[in-house]
Amino acid sequence: MESLLWLIPAFPLAGVAINGLFGRKLGDRVVSVIGPGAVGAAFAMAAASFIALRGLPPAERLLQQTLYSWLPAGEFSASIGFQLDPLSMTMVLVVTGVGFLIHLYSVGYMHGDGGYARYFAYLNLFTFAMLLLVMADNFLLLFVGWEGVGLCSYLLIGYWFEDQAKADAGKKAFIVNRIGDFGFLLGIFLIFWTFGSVAFSDVLPEAATRLTLGGDLAFWICLFLFIGAVGKSAQIPLFVWLPDAMAGPTPVSALIHAATMVTAGVYMVARAHALYEMAPQVLALVAGIGAATALFAATIGIVQNDIKKVLAYSTISQLGYMFLGVGVAAFSAGIFHLVTHAFFKAVLFLGAGSVIHALHGEQDMRTMGGLKPKLPITYWTMLAATLAIAGVPPLAGFVSKDEILWRTWDGGHSVLWVIGFITAGLTAAYMFRLFFLTFHGSFRGTKEQWGHAHESPWTMTVPLVILGALSVVGGWIGLPAALGQPLGGIANRFEGWLAPVFEAGEHAVHEPHAIPPIEYGLMTASVAIATLGILVAYWAYLRSPDLPGRVVARSRGVYTLLYGKYFVDELYDFLIVRPFYALSRFAWRVIDDGLIDGLGVGGTGALVKRGSRIVSRWETGYVQGYAVAFFGGVFAILAYYYLFR
Amino acid sequence: MTGVDVAFWILAAISVGASLVVITNRNPVACVLFLVVAFFALAGLFVTLHSHFLAAIQVIIYAGAIMVLFLFVILLLNLGQQQWFDVSNNPLRVTAVVFGAGFLALLVGGGISGVTPTVRGPAAGISPDLLGSTGAIGAALYTAYFMPFITIALLLLLAMVGAVAIARRER
Amino acid sequence: MVGPAHYITLSAVLFTIGVIGVLTRKNAIIVFMAIEIMLNAANLALVTFAMTIGDVAGLIMVLLVIAVAAAEAAVGLAIIVAMFRHRETVNIEAFNVLRG
Repeated sequence: MESLLWLIPAFPLAGVAINGLFGRKLGDRVVSVIGPGAVGAAFAMAAASFIALRGLPPAERLLQQTLYSWLPAGEFSASIGFQLDPLSMTMVLVVTGVGFLIHLYSVGYMHGDGGYARYFAYLNLFTFAMLLLVMADNFLLLFVGWEGVGLCSYLLIGYWFEDQAKADAGKKAFIVNRIGDFGFLLGIFLIFWTFGSVAFSDVLPEAATRLTLGGDLAFWICLFLFIGAVGKSAQIPLFVWLPDAMAGPTPVSALIHAATMVTAGVYMVARAHALYEMAPQVLALVAGIGAATALFAATIGIVQNDIKKVLAYSTISQLGYMFLGVGVAAFSAGIFHLVTHAFFKAVLFLGAGSVIHALHGEQDMRTMGGLKPKLPITYWTMLAATLAIAGVPPLAGFVSKDEILWRTWDGGHSVLWVIGFITAGLTAAYMFRLFFLTFHGSFRGTKEQWGHAHESPWTMTVPLVILGALSVVGGWIGLPAALGQPLGGIANRFEGWLAPVFEAGEHAVHEPHAIPPIEYGLMTASVAIATLGILVAYWAYLRSPDLPGRVVARSRGVYTLLYGKYFVDELYDFLIVRPFYALSRFAWRVIDDGLIDGLGVGGTGALVKRGSRIVSRWETGYVQGYAVAFFGGVFAILAYYYLFR
Repeated sequence: MTGVDVAFWILAAISVGASLVVITNRNPVACVLFLVVAFFALAGLFVTLHSHFLAAIQVIIYAGAIMVLFLFVILLLNLGQQQWFDVSNNPLRVTAVVFGAGFLALLVGGGISGVTPTVRGPAAGISPDLLGSTGAIGAALYTAYFMPFITIALLLLLAMVGAVAIARRER
Repeated sequence: MVGPAHYITLSAVLFTIGVIGVLTRKNAIIVFMAIEIMLNAANLALVTFAMTIGDVAGLIMVLLVIAVAAAEAAVGLAIIVAMFRHRETVNIEAFNVLRG
């Protein structure tokens, strides 16, 4: 099994090669089989690896394969190697499983598009890079995958590149990501400088010995790594690219900007947990930024009218929850929310795609409404997902989000808990606002749109159903002890699965222990506020639809601020983008054209030309002139000799 | 003031004067003829130095053969009047004259005339007449300086062949 | 009393005249003649010294110089003839083909 690990990323890579090079010739039907098929094969391999991993005793759950030594350079060496421990196994299953379903969905959604083969090639390439990222056994290979997914994000956001705005969105994503990547790279350099290696097996066990708790080195390493995560996972202040990324095809938004790529930052923090545990200030920063981002994004999402933009801000908000989780050292809780989020967010995006597909490209919720009878399957699956994200028990979202909130409170971070609590209410509110505006009430679009609206083909609905079911039951593998024990000793299997990775040598989580009553109290509170949010949405958008209008009229200022996304983009444009343009223009006109080309290249040429023109005047070809010079020399020597001896 | 001294001064004046004419005259034929005069004067100077043989050689070869060759070439090429020697026109020429004058000043002022050789050659004690005679030169030429003699012969052959080859009319 | 010094000075004067002639005249043949003047000046110096120190080698040298001058004149004039055939003139200013 270990020697076959490389097959997991190899299948999508083969898909890229075939679809990318020969896709146009092979035709759409073949491409439709190869694209999802490659990821499906990878999922099969992953499942087999999972079974193999489960067969090992918990302390030894590690499958490793080193392909070859990639960069031996003096004291530094990095290899292309894969490792599967419970953490990366979880990520691989999510990436390949959800990925496969989204590939299948794409067959229906992208049907008839001109660049069909190119789309699947890019999507497979993304899957390959993401698998590299989660299966890497050293920081450098992880970074390769990190960059690779960034590249594919750019390619896929700007997929319809003929539209300048969409191409610009892709550029924006890549550039903002790059800023984070710079920080990440600095972190890797520091790691190498401290540990002499970048392999996980060398760095992570040594973290406690080489780094002092709360010391400068640990601080800077973790901070730099976190900057990378901030860029990739769209937290404050590098979140601005994600809403623009909605310019890409909806399945892309589902896969990359909901389920997998944006979660790479969370994975990376969890993977480097040994380092982060030595830098509590950075962990506090992580939790703080996570909570702040969660609230911040929720306040923006509640006033947006584009269905995909709402989901984008929702993703940013939920990513904030994940960072809050890992920030309070609840690593398995953060990863758990990552998994459940992948399920329900994928449903939400794919469902939105289904709606957009039915309305032939309409994305503004103000012209939707009452679509329930037209899109039944979409309706029920989206309802499940919306309930999940709102945190209604016993669906998946409730279990994972609540676990994070409980661990936050338990860790003593009451302020952060309050922020998370409020955000949970907002989440329920804006998600159900989306749901009600889209599927209930009366249809506000045109007559032809209503006539054309129809349910999506099986390639699109089957993934919706599967993921919808997972959104419902997916949380049950991670039931906290608070719920599991009373229900007959059901253990938190998810936490137990990840325990060997996160708690080196601690006691098994399976032992029953006393549950403090406050845990139940907090649980009830979060359910309450979720219900409150749903009721508010119901009242505002179904019972008295003019209520939102009146609220907006009352608070024009606040509304403008929220609707304008707090004008962060404009701020960045003013502070950063414009000065950079000016600097670049200066560098171009003055330095490159003027100095280097004009003075340097042109100047050197002109100098040589002028010099040689002067010198060539001595070449008269006139022999007597030469003779005079001769004689002058003789005379000079003689003079020197006679006069000065 | 002996007769030899008088002869020296007269011959010196003639040679310098003739040389000056050579380098300033417009007409090439006139230049050749004046050069012949200068060579004759030099031959005379050789006589005053008691090297009779060389004086004869000078007249026969230099004035007799080489100058005639020059004359032949001038007449062959049918050269008309050439450009007047004009110093002020060309800065190069001014430079040349200045250098020349300076050179001469250096040589004379530097004491070339005060050179008194201390080395005494093998025939130091012999009378100059004997030294410059044909016999003495011949004796040295065919014994001690035989190699240069043969080499010169070869050189003359080469020169002959070379001259013919260069000046041949191309077909 | 006329001694070696006078002859040497005369030699120097003749030599300078020859040099100025080489550097100044435009007619190639006359330049050649000036060269002959220079050679003769050298000959004069050689003879003077040979007689002064009593070594016959000087006289031999003069003989050789005259022979070489003859050879050189022959070849040089042949070249001038060839030059003339090329350019219809012996003005050395016309032969500046190597100008750059």
